[in-house]
Amino acid sequence: MKFTLSWLKDHLDTTADLKTITDTLTAIGLEVESVTDNGAALAPFTVAYVQKAEPHPNADKLRVCVVETGTETVQVVCGAPNARTGMKAVFARSGLTVPGTGLTLKPSEIRGVASNGMLVSEREMGLSEAHDGIIEMPGDAPLGVPFAQVLGLDDPVIEINITPNRQDCLGVRGIARDLAAAGIGALKPAGSVSVPGTFRSLVGISLKLEGVDGAACPVFVGRTIRGVRNGPSPAWMQRRLKSIGLRPISALVDVTNYLSYDRARPLHVYDAAKLTGGIHVRVSNPGEELAALDGRTYALPEGVCVIADDAGALGLGGVMGGESSGCTPETTEVVLESALFDPVRTAYTGRMLGINSDARYRFERGVDSQYVIGGAEDATRLILEICGGEASELVIAGAVPEWSRTAEMRPDRVRTLTGIDIPAADSVRRLESLGFEAEEIGGVIQARVPSWRTDIEGEADLVEEVARIHGFHAIPSTMLPPVSETIKPAVNTRQRLVRAARRVLAARGMNEAVTWSFTSSASAALFGGGSPALALANPISADLDAMRPSVLPNLVEAAGRNADRGFTSVALFEVGPQYAGDAPEDQSTVAGGVRSGVGHQRHWSDATGPVTVFDAKADALAVLDALGAATANLRIATDAPGWFHPGRSGRLMLGPKNCLAQFGELHPKVLKALDVKGPVVAFEVFVDNIPVKERKRTSKPALTASPFQAVERDFAFIVGQAVTAHDVMNAASGADKLLIESVSLFDVYDGPGVGDGNKSLAIAVRLQPTDRTLTDADIDAVSKKIVAAVEKATGGKLRG
Amino acid sequence: MQDTDSLRNDLLSQIAAATDAGALEQIRVSALGKKGAISELMRGLGQMSPDERKAAGPALNRLKDDVDAAIRAAREKLDEAALDARLAGERIDVTLPVLPEARGTIHPVSQVIDEVTEIFAQMGFSVAEGPDIEEDFYNFTALNIPPEHPARQMHDTFYLPERPDGTRRVLRTHTSPVQIRTMLSSKPPLRIIAPGRTFRCDSDQTHTPMFHQVEALVIDESTHMGHLKGCIEAFCRAFFEVDEVKMRFRPSYFPFTEPSAEVDIGCRRDGGELRIGEGDDWLEIMGCGMVHPKVLEHGGIDPSKYQGFAFGMGIDRIAMLKYGAPDLRAFFDSDLRWLRHYGFSSLNVPTLGQGISR
Repeated sequence: MKFTLSWLKDHLDTTADLKTITDTLTAIGLEVESVTDNGAALAPFTVAYVQKAEPHPNADKLRVCVVETGTETVQVVCGAPNARTGMKAVFARSGLTVPGTGLTLKPSEIRGVASNGMLVSEREMGLSEAHDGIIEMPGDAPLGVPFAQVLGLDDPVIEINITPNRQDCLGVRGIARDLAAAGIGALKPAGSVSVPGTFRSLVGISLKLEGVDGAACPVFVGRTIRGVRNGPSPAWMQRRLKSIGLRPISALVDVTNYLSYDRARPLHVYDAAKLTGGIHVRVSNPGEELAALDGRTYALPEGVCVIADDAGALGLGGVMGGESSGCTPETTEVVLESALFDPVRTAYTGRMLGINSDARYRFERGVDSQYVIGGAEDATRLILEICGGEASELVIAGAVPEWSRTAEMRPDRVRTLTGIDIPAADSVRRLESLGFEAEEIGGVIQARVPSWRTDIEGEADLVEEVARIHGFHAIPSTMLPPVSETIKPAVNTRQRLVRAARRVLAARGMNEAVTWSFTSSASAALFGGGSPALALANPISADLDAMRPSVLPNLVEAAGRNADRGFTSVALFEVGPQYAGDAPEDQSTVAGGVRSGVGHQRHWSDATGPVTVFDAKADALAVLDALGAATANLRIATDAPGWFHPGRSGRLMLGPKNCLAQFGELHPKVLKALDVKGPVVAFEVFVDNIPVKERKRTSKPALTASPFQAVERDFAFIVGQAVTAHDVMNAASGADKLLIESVSLFDVYDGPGVGDGNKSLAIAVRLQPTDRTLTDADIDAVSKKIVAAVEKATGGKLRG
Repeated sequence: MQDTDSLRNDLLSQIAAATDAGALEQIRVSALGKKGAISELMRGLGQMSPDERKAAGPALNRLKDDVDAAIRAAREKLDEAALDARLAGERIDVTLPVLPEARGTIHPVSQVIDEVTEIFAQMGFSVAEGPDIEEDFYNFTALNIPPEHPARQMHDTFYLPERPDGTRRVLRTHTSPVQIRTMLSSKPPLRIIAPGRTFRCDSDQTHTPMFHQVEALVIDESTHMGHLKGCIEAFCRAFFEVDEVKMRFRPSYFPFTEPSAEVDIGCRRDGGELRIGEGDDWLEIMGCGMVHPKVLEHGGIDPSKYQGFAFGMGIDRIAMLKYGAPDLRAFFDSDLRWLRHYGFSSLNVPTLGQGISR
């Protein structure tokens, strides 16, 4: 919402300066977005008289001007075609910076002739793009006076941000009322004076909304004005409209636009000569079209509120008028409309058709229902003043809705809700200054809500009004009292685990990324998603049109982008959501990561090589370990989903069904589809699947450290290729659970000497006695058990 | 005794001349071995008279000890020389670079969420959560934003397809639905923060379709806007790590709070650097207010008994302000250069005791 200072002062009697006004606006919730004070910026540029303009001796297109500035006479070389003897122009003296160009003027010589200062164009003053010539000032403009003052360009323009609840401040008068309430001057009276009609309007007006929706347009006030001359509107009105960014069109149209901003009252004028029969309000018919004033033709959806004559739609109620009945310079007779339109239906119409207009903006926020007739009268008066003519009697279709709303407030609620102690009488006074009729009855303030404040419903609203006008600076800063005597953690165990997962992966040298929760449908499909239920109805772009089924696709693509930037080694992770469906329980937290390229940069030690599935497996296990999953008890299944390499991937299972993590090389087809060079390995740890053990006590179990020597024995088994390391190690550890502390695998061999289809797996078994030192006989006995267990479980043989 | 003296001299000079362990061993055998010269002389003691033995015995023993000590000393010296020679041969270029270890990083969004959590934990808040895909009810209706409310236009909402029952889920446009979920699942007094992902259908220099907010909600019988102000001031001082933060509350409008305010903090641009908490410029950092009675009702809480405040703040925004990251879009671009530059060490866990950031 834009307005100028002089416009504000039409409604507000104040001596406050601009800064006080704008500071107060922000302080009472009408946030100032910008202030453009051309008067101050353009003050140094003054009216000057061109005493003489003669051709430049050395340049055809230049003139040498002798300029009287009011304080001195200077010589200026000027290139403007309109520079001539006897004109009044705008002078910029040396030392000033020209706002339109940013250049600072200094005395110079142009083609051998001294030039001191400049005669300026509109563009150089930052007023418009016009640069055909210098600004011509009226002949009676006094010398040395700021030109902006003479042209009325010194009216500061203020732009404020109006929150959706304050439709009343979409008119300058509403803003003035708020300022007056806040102590910035007095609101000037503005009673609408009714203009008596001199004849009966020949244009009938009716509401044809029975059985459809009476609320769509409860009242339509119209009037014919004949004998008007529709020229340009007066300069003061044009200047104000231009200042706030509106294009003056013609006096009749400008009056409606002016009142829309002055009083938040949208209006419309129809050229009576172009009407066929009377005007009525109805809902749109199937297949109906309207050529609107914005030059576009709209196919009207069913159920929008339409103003029509016998020939068809004239306009969209509360949104925009139509081309066919628009006023032109030839218009001599008009029908003025001041109506009420339903906010919901207006918003719907505007949204369906994609029309944003000043009228829609106001109606969908709810205009003052008690200013329908007043609006018509005020518009009539302006039209008669500017365009002449005579007005008919008012035609009122429907009825102005009743307005009666009272809100109650316990005076102490201001203090208990805001902390500001304001006496009841002051609250009453504040409310009255805003147009409420308020009084304290039986310890409760009863406030009759003015019709322009449809946003006020209850006690909290009244408290806000009182506190807002009093000033939020008065809210006393108060510490929250402690909630409990005990210091407690802010996060629960699961939230702590999610945080731990990040720290673990970063500690492993990976870089945390935060990627979109969306991905492309194509990528989603590669990672088990892509269901229509998770496709966005209005995506921001085609490559972000689906909720991600996994954190991996975005990470893989990010790894690809980084590789393209020349990073030979990429390790990215993200701990974030994945979406299996649209229900809350379908969202789960995943710690996922990708590694691509070489595990290390090239190094003189030769310890380099491409990333392998075991890098990803190590990452997954590290996360699980840190999150308290008993990794030793996990089963490794080899049925990882299709985005992994089928032979180089696995799933870490707790029990038969609970998958805690999966890892592997990514499938080459997936990499190809994502246009990323391999190898890329990845892991996904399903944090929510890890059983959380709530700690019961802080003490740890007693340490059992055996005083007896541990013994390590190596065994190599020749087994079939299909036998897994896990099978061998599992069998070995199970051979004597008391004695065997751990089993590790230190060699895999499948070259000559082990037989076709076989391999050799070598394990080290650590034996830890707890009651005595092991004898050779003890060790032999357990070794036999280990060999027997492994051979039985795998069908293999101890390697001789 | 002439014999022993010349033998001593002979042996000691042999020892001194020995250049390796083998030569020394030969000398040892020739002197102290079973048939060695000194051993022979020792055996001769048996044939001596007691008086003779008394004179010769100690001398012989001294000779034996001296030779033995000389051999040991010589051997030690040779060993030392050999070790020196070996070590000299083992010299390598220790300026060779070590195997590089990748330096992992925590994303600024995660770090700042941890910082915010730490600060609010101190004030008795705990962390609540809600889903990213929300029902219209939690995201709008329960927050006093009915379907045709103009405030819905302030939210550029992402929609999911219409469901069989005609409803549509949305990507939550703010973290405020967690207020409702918390009210419905727990009883007052409530004091929670809810950090998380939020979504709006908007993308330009300063907007991304996904961003992060933290919501705060306090409900009890007496919390008022003064507490809100005190809480936000305490937070800003702790978060921006300054002693004073210039701050102003501006009346504003949110359908779910009444009264509502926006909070600006003072700032000053010092060359290229943004100084928070001082100066004559203002930066908006959050919207807040007293929870609207209708919102309390939707949350199953009696508004005649309970009241409280709520606020919502942009995580990415305060991260940008605090750490001087200029471009919001870069937060979600996963450019390793950016992640390494603006990221945090995994060991840098924010705590109040050791400092929120280092």
